[in-house]
Amino acid sequence: MLQHFGKYILFMSTLFVRGESPRIIFNRTIDEAILIGINSIFIVAIVSTFIGAVTCVQVSYNLTSALIPRSTIGFMVREMTILELAPTITSIVLAGKVGSNIAGGLGTMQITEQVDALEVMGINSASYLVLPKVLAALLVFPMLVILSMFLSIAGGYIAGTLSGEITAQEYISGIREDFIPYNITFALIKSVVFAYLISTISSFRGYYTSGGALEVGAASTTAVTNSVIAVLIADFICAQLLL
Amino acid sequence: MIEIHNIHKSFGGKKVLDGISGVFESGKVNLLLGSSGTGKSVLLKCIVGLIKPDLGSVTFDGTYFTNNKLDIRQEIRRKIGMLFQGSALFDSMTVEENVEFPLKMLTDMSKKERQERVDFCLKRVGLEGSNKKMPAEISGGMKKRVGIARAIAPNCTYLFCDEPNSGLDPLTSIKIDMLIKEITEEYNITTIIVTHDMNSVIEIGDKIFFLYEGKKLWEGTKDDIMETDIPELNEFIFANRLMRDAKKLEDEEHREEEKERLAEEGRQS
Repeated sequence: MLQHFGKYILFMSTLFVRGESPRIIFNRTIDEAILIGINSIFIVAIVSTFIGAVTCVQVSYNLTSALIPRSTIGFMVREMTILELAPTITSIVLAGKVGSNIAGGLGTMQITEQVDALEVMGINSASYLVLPKVLAALLVFPMLVILSMFLSIAGGYIAGTLSGEITAQEYISGIREDFIPYNITFALIKSVVFAYLISTISSFRGYYTSGGALEVGAASTTAVTNSVIAVLIADFICAQLLL
Repeated sequence: MIEIHNIHKSFGGKKVLDGISGVFESGKVNLLLGSSGTGKSVLLKCIVGLIKPDLGSVTFDGTYFTNNKLDIRQEIRRKIGMLFQGSALFDSMTVEENVEFPLKMLTDMSKKERQERVDFCLKRVGLEGSNKKMPAEISGGMKKRVGIARAIAPNCTYLFCDEPNSGLDPLTSIKIDMLIKEITEEYNITTIIVTHDMNSVIEIGDKIFFLYEGKKLWEGTKDDIMETDIPELNEFIFANRLMRDAKKLEDEEHREEEKERLAEEGRQS
């Protein structure tokens, strides 16, 4: 465990030693951002909309007291979405999708000697391959989380109004109630932390793959499980430190 | 010219290279010959710097490479072209982009200059018209050719090939071998090829280094290799039935000539 952690720290340091020119890193970051971002919009949209919808229905189901106004449903959907569901669930979904993609891609490049080909040319393969992925994740994850927040709240609105659990006016009144702007900042900070963890852990697992196709599959699985665990631990630490 | 001196390498206590030294001359095809698992590929990777030797040194045209400053090693690496066993083409790039890649990364060439160089290199390896194909769409032999084009694109001084004809049919193997030979002579490149293919030895080997259990057991030319009396080398060379038959035929011819010579001498006396 400690040995892996030490290797991970050393791996991180190689990203910044003899890096490629800023122009190359910028272009590669944009390419990676498109791959990570555009290709993840659909899954993030589906997951977020349904999470918002389910949250709305379940909060409504539990809200039995006549003393509590129905607008509380909107309030709770907003709070749960912004504070927890949008950043954390989106990141867990992305750990599965983006993390396995990064680990699988790098692992395949490693076992087919494409990484060696870069090294022989005098290119820092870690910097060239991994740094743009990390930068792209840092750039794109917050955007996806903002999208997720919006769609989740919209999902709650659609589910609540269509099922007759809450009126549109009550829901909108609820989501505007006692709004704390810092919660958005908190969610975005979390998304950046999660982006860093997912992209670096997955890259680390993929980059150090050796063997064959079986090991690439194993590296992808390990990357996802490690990333998810890291996200959950970081989630707790962020909540403790920042709230 | 590349010189290696006393290269040692072990993995987990198992000695893979045991004090290998040698000189690889420029403009010549140098072959690292040996059975599987004798350390040929490890030696090649030690020379190019992909694996750090435990002991020993590598010198490229008089410039010390192993353990030298990073920028000097980088400078030398930029003169190296390498053809990998599985070609190691970048899957996400077209043939053209693969060949262009080192030019983009290592030179200041304009887009037009790069395109001209890519077209020239692809034409040189006989792949004109394949520019836009993806690596997955081309055959193993074509992949090797693209690998060679990518290696020579930035005007490399040193060319390393790790089993360039593995997985290829005999005819394509010979074509790839001949292409490497032509390029080596044309551009006066120092070429080192890892192989266990005796056809390559016969066709293109200018200088051969025979490795056995991590040691250099023999070095010489392709003409000398058939005459050697080292059992391990003979066992390797004549493991192939075709080579044994050829040797038998040669020995018979030799005996016939000897007989005729003796008969001639007898008649004269």
